[in-house]
Amino acid sequence: MNIIFMLIAASLVIAILFFILFVKSVKSGQYDDVYTPSVRMLFEDELVKQKNSEPDNNQKSVN
Amino acid sequence: MNNPDCFHCGTKCGSDPIVFEDKPFCCNGCKTVFEILNQNELNVYYDLESAPGTIPNEIAGKFDYLANPDIAKKLLEFEDEETAVVNFYIPTIHCSSCIWVLENLHKLNKGVQTTLVNFPKKEVRITFKKNEISLQQLAELITSIGYEPYISLESADADETRVDRKLIYQVAIAGFAFGNIMMLSFPEYFQVDEFWLNRFKPFFRGIMLAMAIPAVVYSGRDYLISAFKGLKHGILNIDVPISLGILVLFVRSTYEVMTGTGQGYFDSLTGLIFFLLLGKVFQQKTYSFLSFERDYKSYFPIAVTQIDKNKTQHSISVNDVKKGDRLLIRNEEIIPVDGILLNGDALIDYSFVTGESLPLSKISGDKLYAGGKQKGPAIEMEAIETVKQSYLTQLWSKDIFGQQNKDNIKTLTDSISKQFTFIILGIALAAGIFWYFQDRSIAFQVVSAILIVACPCALALSAPFSLGNMIRIFGKESFYLKDAYVIESLSRADTLVFDKTGTITANNASEINYLGTPLSKTEMMAIKAVLKSSNHPLSRALYEYIPVKAEHEAAGFTEHLGEGISGQVQDMKIALGSAQFTGAVNQNPNQTQIHVKINGELKGMYLVSNNYRKGLNRVMDTLGKEYELSVLTGDSEGEKENLESILPEGSQIFFRQKPEDKLNRVKAFQESEKSVMMLGDGLNDAGALVQSDVGIAISENINVFSPACDGILDARSFSKLPSFLKLSKKTMSIIKISFVISFLYNIVGLLFAVTGNLSPIVAAILMPVSSISVVLFATVATNFVAKKILY
Repeated sequence: MNIIFMLIAASLVIAILFFILFVKSVKSGQYDDVYTPSVRMLFEDELVKQKNSEPDNNQKSVN
Repeated sequence: MNNPDCFHCGTKCGSDPIVFEDKPFCCNGCKTVFEILNQNELNVYYDLESAPGTIPNEIAGKFDYLANPDIAKKLLEFEDEETAVVNFYIPTIHCSSCIWVLENLHKLNKGVQTTLVNFPKKEVRITFKKNEISLQQLAELITSIGYEPYISLESADADETRVDRKLIYQVAIAGFAFGNIMMLSFPEYFQVDEFWLNRFKPFFRGIMLAMAIPAVVYSGRDYLISAFKGLKHGILNIDVPISLGILVLFVRSTYEVMTGTGQGYFDSLTGLIFFLLLGKVFQQKTYSFLSFERDYKSYFPIAVTQIDKNKTQHSISVNDVKKGDRLLIRNEEIIPVDGILLNGDALIDYSFVTGESLPLSKISGDKLYAGGKQKGPAIEMEAIETVKQSYLTQLWSKDIFGQQNKDNIKTLTDSISKQFTFIILGIALAAGIFWYFQDRSIAFQVVSAILIVACPCALALSAPFSLGNMIRIFGKESFYLKDAYVIESLSRADTLVFDKTGTITANNASEINYLGTPLSKTEMMAIKAVLKSSNHPLSRALYEYIPVKAEHEAAGFTEHLGEGISGQVQDMKIALGSAQFTGAVNQNPNQTQIHVKINGELKGMYLVSNNYRKGLNRVMDTLGKEYELSVLTGDSEGEKENLESILPEGSQIFFRQKPEDKLNRVKAFQESEKSVMMLGDGLNDAGALVQSDVGIAISENINVFSPACDGILDARSFSKLPSFLKLSKKTMSIIKISFVISFLYNIVGLLFAVTGNLSPIVAAILMPVSSISVVLFATVATNFVAKKILY
């Protein structure tokens, strides 16, 4: 059962590794604003020129 | 009458819309924005939401001070030879179209590289090439499409959001420690006497101790520091029992682990810290979402025009103003420092400071205080202070400006916690002495058990959680409160005072009829020009009603509050107002009349019939059962019968009230021991709003308000007023109940502890359970009563 020393040590190392990653991700600022990305991903990348596109195929997106 | 909605911003265009490409617009500004977006093929803006725009404001000269490199440096987050990054706060961001157009800003100007919008904070971070577009041009660009940045001293000096994250780290560390320690404690919980488990006990306990240390030292430090500071000044605040609990838990657990006498209470310790911090996070998120509370410093402008000895004007930073500097203050600009008026017609509006919207006229030699707004032509003044020493910077700190909140929950909590600590220490001492003589071995266990289990943490959590949740619920229903303690004042109110115009009557859609000699088009345009400068609800309603476009500016505009307005347009002297004001004969004092006098000749009058808000009758009926109601109005007795039919028997209605009269009425109520809640529109009742115990401004447009009120109620939610009041009362009951619950826990725990029966398991269970249950109860109960009452 002495193996438990090593098991606990290993799991602690992994846990601390995750903790460090968490701290890094918070520092990078991605959690400062969690709402805007949800809206941003609904935008189109390319502007569809009004004349070429089919009429009224643009739905109003939900706010 | 055709009254289309503006294609850009959605407000009614009135009878004379500006048409461009077959689309109606309410003004030239909106049409211009549409043009800009159209030319640059950004029409998707209108596809994402309907009428997403906002009316752009005047740009000319507004951002000249940004050309000053010192000022620009303060605002820029980053700068090198080519690029710069600036973070603007734009209060008009409100929908997905706003995000879209701002993030596509580079299509409007090549100098803009990238833009990133932070929607909850209403900020936009723009990276741009300094050589292709300057900061000033950038500000003007976004203003031209309707997104004017709000630039103030605040944003230039502060260094805010770094602190925000500290709480996240603290919660993370406490949670990490808590979870892992609980896992490692599992073997101990079952108290199985097994060879292998016993062999590894010291090892597990050692790890628990190691994890608990950062939790206490980093995550718990705010409580420890606050308690220490309080004790230094001889005050026992609520953080003292909490810190005592944390320290005792930590010391005892460390002692137990080091001497091998027990497993300690590390799980309870870290759990306690974790839940306390979680409560803080919840509070923060609720408050920042509603962000009503503005630091009054943000009303100061950041730059001011200085006139030097050679009469040339310079734009200088507010912080550089020295004593003796000569400053130029234009119309609608705020006076940045105390000073003496040198020349010009000064009409200073101090509503930001005193809530009094009646502008004071000053003559040369008079003292002008910082924070006032000039309403009129430009004036010159000499600064006698520098910005930091300004009298008003002190006045605006919340403690002084807000009246003292007598006996609110905070003071109740603080006083309970003071007595709590004394009582607990007393019990611990008594029990310790008792057991010392009875059975010395368990004396220490009993004393520390008492200190551990008796934790008023539930006390500290119940009020913030209930109030915080209720504020959030109110906010969702468009009732915005300045802070959580307003709810308490709401629950204590027993007298409700209503302003009439604009509060219980709706501003628009009044029925207006004209009687008298027909007015020519020029005359109507002139009247409209004079009306344009007035903010009074009657003026606004009449402005909408007159079916011509207002051209020309009115010169010499004066507003005589409670009487009327006057001005001159080209060669016509216009006076509009009550019969008294215009010198007309009032045959029917029971009507609201706006008489028209042009060049001394009475032309006729507009009859305004009040349009009461929807649901007013029901609101008054419901409220009348529990509160004393009263109405104050600047109008004549015209509406007496109508008002009497709406209000319950015996309600007092006061007519012809000037702003000071309203203030005095509120004072009179308060002197007869009543707790007054006042509802007004914040314009000519601002003073009364400040004086009352709770002042609520009813607003049709949330962006316009006076800092003098404690809360804003969106006009559309007016019919929910009785529900809001009922909910505030229920919230206070919920808080009291959760106090009781937390007391019960303490009593049960103390019973166990004093009789020497408190084992680690019971303490470990009781502590987090009591915190969780109080928080859950507060949240669930407030949500439940809200649902029941509001829906």
